[in-house]
This record gives sequence, structure tokens and C-alpha cells, in this order.
Amino acid sequence: MVERRPITTFITHAVLLLGVLILAFPIWVTFVASTHAPSALASGVVPLWPGDLFLENYSLALGKGLAASGGVPVGRMLFNSLIMALAIAIGKIAISLIAAYAIVYFRFPFRMLCFWTIFVTLMLPVEVRILPTFEVVAQLGMLNSYVGLSVPLIASATATFLFRQFFLTVPDELAEAARIDGAGPLRFFRDILLPLSRTNIAALFVILFIYGWNQYLWPLLITTDESFYTIVMGIQRMVTVADAEPQWHLVMATAMLAMLPPVVVVVAMQRLFVKGLVETEK
Amino acid sequence: MAEIALAGVKKRYGETQVVHGIDVEIADGEFVVIVGPSGCGKSTLLRMVAGLEEISEGSISIAGRVVNDLEPKERDIAMVFQNYALYPHMSVFDNMAYGLKIAGTPKAEIEERVGRAARMLELEALLTRKPRQLSGGQRQRVAMGRAIVRDPAAFLFDEPLSNLDAKLRVQMRLEIKQLQKDLGTTSLYVTHDQVEAMTLADRLIVMNAGVAEQIASPMQVYEHPESVFVAGFIGSPAMNFLPGRVAQDGGSLEIRGGTARRAEALAISGQAGRELLIGVRPEHLQPVPETEADLFLDLRLVETLGADTLAHGSLPDTKSTDGATKDIFTVRLPGSVQVSAGERLALRVAPGALHLFDPDSGHRIADL
Ligand SMILES: Nc1ncnc2c1ncn2[C@@H]1O[C@H](COP(=O)(O)OP(=O)(O)O)[C@@H](O)[C@H]1O
Ligand SMILES: [Mg+2]
Repeated sequence: MVERRPITTFITHAVLLLGVLILAFPIWVTFVASTHAPSALASGVVPLWPGDLFLENYSLALGKGLAASGGVPVGRMLFNSLIMALAIAIGKIAISLIAAYAIVYFRFPFRMLCFWTIFVTLMLPVEVRILPTFEVVAQLGMLNSYVGLSVPLIASATATFLFRQFFLTVPDELAEAARIDGAGPLRFFRDILLPLSRTNIAALFVILFIYGWNQYLWPLLITTDESFYTIVMGIQRMVTVADAEPQWHLVMATAMLAMLPPVVVVVAMQRLFVKGLVETEK
Repeated sequence: MAEIALAGVKKRYGETQVVHGIDVEIADGEFVVIVGPSGCGKSTLLRMVAGLEEISEGSISIAGRVVNDLEPKERDIAMVFQNYALYPHMSVFDNMAYGLKIAGTPKAEIEERVGRAARMLELEALLTRKPRQLSGGQRQRVAMGRAIVRDPAAFLFDEPLSNLDAKLRVQMRLEIKQLQKDLGTTSLYVTHDQVEAMTLADRLIVMNAGVAEQIASPMQVYEHPESVFVAGFIGSPAMNFLPGRVAQDGGSLEIRGGTARRAEALAISGQAGRELLIGVRPEHLQPVPETEADLFLDLRLVETLGADTLAHGSLPDTKSTDGATKDIFTVRLPGSVQVSAGERLALRVAPGALHLFDPDSGHRIADL
């Protein structure tokens, strides 16, 4: 900071606090609502302090689910989301690493064409190709399966591009030294390039895990079997129940639970994540 | 036995040719330095020996085996890079051991060989450190260590000292020389620094624009440069050049319309009137009384270095043309000689210190 007068300190803190409040308040309301009986929420006035039904509500949501919305237990949906998010994150990273390695370190015909093709697809969001993709997945009989949930989302131009940029910053001499040391292409990839990409991989994993976890439209399209519902689409189904009041306390409990895994991932990988975004180890 | 032989080695990148046919035979245990200005193709040549660049034409053999089509690892060489190219995520030990590990050397032997190299380079206390925890000089040593443990037929160095500060460079230069002597490993060393080249080399390859202008021992190159380029490149401060010609009597030399004269039996007698480019090194001129002088110098700038004094000026009749620093002529005098700008200095050329070149081709004609 340029100046350090008490008044500026006060203002900066006030602004920060305000920001935190604006972001945290909805989450607080969600949490509070998830600990009350349904009647307390139906009255229209949302309580501001937690009620005493924390354990009951959460065990109900986790175990039995909402009878009105098909009764899929939240635990099951969390598990499905976890599988999908992990498969997408790991799959994307694995494929992008290999693709970027090929593009940067090997000279093959149409190399630049490959790169630009990948690059151009950066501009296409999932939604644009969602119907043809659905058709393909349906034809392959992958509806209502983990494969169908994750594989179509695995190809990743963004991650390929990021790894390409990273590989380009690795000095050529490193590859040459490895060649002289007798390391073949696979060995170089495994012994040198992968360890050097560690922090980048961690940062991407966090981002891609959240991306996978938050998928909404795609699971909605390709799952009709309840046992493959994911948590994010599950919440939506709970709210739009036919002929009944949404069971807000359970919806809120589910929402809290849906938030947890991404938070855990971010916190657990925070150190590597920040390192991967700001510095490169070279 | 690990001699290296290059025969007609050329390199083309598409249309442009950057190495124009190099022939040299390097004996077992010899330390050969490739020296030349930046961009002349030194690294390209070295990398062709290493197997990192394809050889466009000609052949390279190491230890009697043509290696044109062999992978770097099959050539039995080790290379030290300018930026060291250490693996950043591996410890010093692992950096040195990596090549042996890949070759499937037994663990005990790896430890023994890395230990021996580390002792030789005083790296024992640093074996568990990562490269980023080392100073420039230490990284340089690790890079050397990585080359040594492989016990290769030849060491290849590409400007290994360029990233070090001046003092460390001198120290590492000595260490490299000593190490090479102790190990007796054939070495090919690339540098643009002529001092480094002179001090390290058993033999020099002076390169210019992809051509080997001269291949000879450092003293040979210094005393009998084969071309104007070599004469100007080797030696610091650089050699002075003056246009001149053989006098009509055929037995003396005219420098710039008679400013200085030097009657001697010329190897080129009988070629009266022939135009020449005359070179003389700054250290081969002595101040003398006016009557004995070969040359006069109007001093413009004096640099005192302590042991030596560098006096820069121009010959009397060359000054007027454009007055600029173009025809600067430099003399190296002992530090004890007191001179100052504005003085006229009478100088005599040491015997045998005049180098005569053909002004058109740049080739050496004779030394006087
Ligand atoms: N991959 C390349 N493609 C085209 N030209 C190159 C390539 N590598 C080097 N050159 C050219 O070859 C010449 C010699 O390069 P190099 O051997 O690196 O010079 P130096 O003597 O400084 O080591 C330079 O003019 C450089 O521009
Ligand atoms: Mg170079």
C-alpha cells in the first residue's frame, strides 16, 4: 500500500468485509434453513440462526432422499457426481498432457493443423455440440452410464493449450540433455516432463474437478435412470416437484452437501494450486 | 582410443547453408576449441557431433566408428550446455546418476561413480540439494559431474562458462583444463571468447561464417594468422591494420605514402607496387627515439590498466580524412611508460611482427 493512514485501513477493511458478507450471506441462509423444520421455512420468514434439526435433516437427505422427487438418496447422487468429476478431471489431464507432448516435441505431418484444430474447438462450448454428442452417445448405448456421463466431456482444448504453453517454456536443452543421457521419448515424458508439470497438473485438477462437478445440462440429458443422477441436477429436480411444496429444509441440506466436495478439493490442494498458478519451477 | 574425425561436414537449414565443409581430425585426449563470433555455426557443428542435429553432408566418426546415423546415446559422448540443463526437480545426485540409471548400471556402481565424480568436483556436501539451491559455479560443476560419471569417449562443451561472472569464469576455466588433463578425455569446446579459447586449447579451430579459417595451436594462430579475420579475431586488443604496398625498389614496404618505411629483405621482393594489408599487434610496438622510428602515432586517448597502458591514436596522415575513430591505431605499452593524449609517439615494430595480407582475398602472404 502506498499510504498507511488509519482511515484508509478502515475503508479497505470495510470494503473487504462487505464483499465477504455479500458472498457468504446466501450460504449462511442455506445452512440455517437446512437445520430447521419445514414448517419454519414455509411461514415465509427465513430464520437467521440455526435450528436444532441439523442431524435429522442431514441424515434424512443423505440416507433416504426426498420421497417426492423420486427418493434418490443424496449419498448416491454425491457418489455419482464424484465419479463423474474425477473421471472428467483425470481424463482431461491425461489426454491433454499426451496431446500437448505430441504437439510440442514431435514433428509429424499436419502438426500445426492438429494444433489449430484443437485450438479452434476452444471456442465451442459444450452446449453447442450437445445434441450431436447426445445422438452419438445414445447410438453407442452409453446413456445412463458413468462412461456416458464423463467421456464426452473429457476432450479438452483448454488444458491441451495450457500444457502446450507450459512445455514451450521448458528449455530445449533439457530434452537434449535427456537424449544424451539415453532417455527415450516415454522416459523423458515420465521422468522429466511429468514431474515438472506437477504444480500445473494440480492447479488444473482443481479447476477441472469443479468444472466436472458443476456439470448440469449434460447429466440432465443423458440420465433417465435415477441411480445415475448427479447432485447438481438432483437439486433442480427437488425444487420442481409436481403437486407438492418443495421440501426446503432437505433441498438446502442437499445444497450444502453439494458444495462440500469442491471446497474440500480446493482446500486440500490449495498450496499446490496457488503455486501452479503463480510460479513455474524451472 | 577416442579420436574424432570430421570429413567435409556441412549443414543446411533448408536453403541456407550455415556450415560449409569442415575437415579436422582430433587426436585421442586432445582438447580442441572451436572459436568464432556469434552466429558463425560453432554450436551447429558441435551439435552435429553430439547427434542433436542432422548432418547434411560429410561424415563424423568417433573412435573410428561413423556416427552419422547413431542416436546421441549411442555415440558415447557427454555434453555440457551453456545453461547447464540440469533437471530442476532432481537432486544433484540424481542429476549425475540419471544417465547411468537409464543404462541399467547396478546401484552400487552408480553410487561409487557419482561419489568419485563428486569428490573430484568438491560436490560431496551438495549431493542432496536441488539445482535451484546452488550457485552458478556449483551448477556448472554438477553439469561437469554429469558428463564425467558417464566416462564417455568425448566431452562436448557449448559455451559452458558464458553464464558465469568474470572471476568465476577464470576459476572454472582452470578447473576444466585441469580436469581434462587428469582424465585425458578427448574434448571439443565451443566458445566465442578468444581468451578462453587461447588458454584452454591444445588446438584451435577459428570459425567464421561456417568456414574453418584456421586450425592450429593457439601460438601458431597468434603468431601466424592465416587470414585477416583470424588476425583480427585472436588477440586483445585487436591487431591494427594499415593499407600499404611494396615499394618500387621491391625491397621495402611503404605504409600510407611513406609515413613509415622499413627496409628489409622481403619474401615478396620482385612484386614492386603490390597492394597489401599490413597487420601489427598493439603489443609489438615499442616507443623509440624519433630517428629509429617506423611509425608515428598522434595519441588521442590513453587507458591505464596498471601493468599495461593502452594508447589509442591515429597515424599523422590518416587523421585528416574524416577525423573519426575509424582508423584507430592501438599500442600496448608497459605501465611504466608515461604518455598522454595529444603527444606524438615514435614507434618501432618488433622484428617479425608485421603480418602481410592480400587486401582482396584476406589471405596471409608473409610475416616480417
Ligand atoms: N534451426 C535453425 N534453422 C535455421 N537456421 C538456424 C537454425 N539454428 C541455427 N541457425 C543459424 O545457423 C547459424 C549458426 O548458428 P549457431 O551454430 O547457433 O551459431 P553460434 O556460432 O553462435 O553457436 C546462425 O546464423 C543461425 O541463425
Ligand atoms: Mg552457440
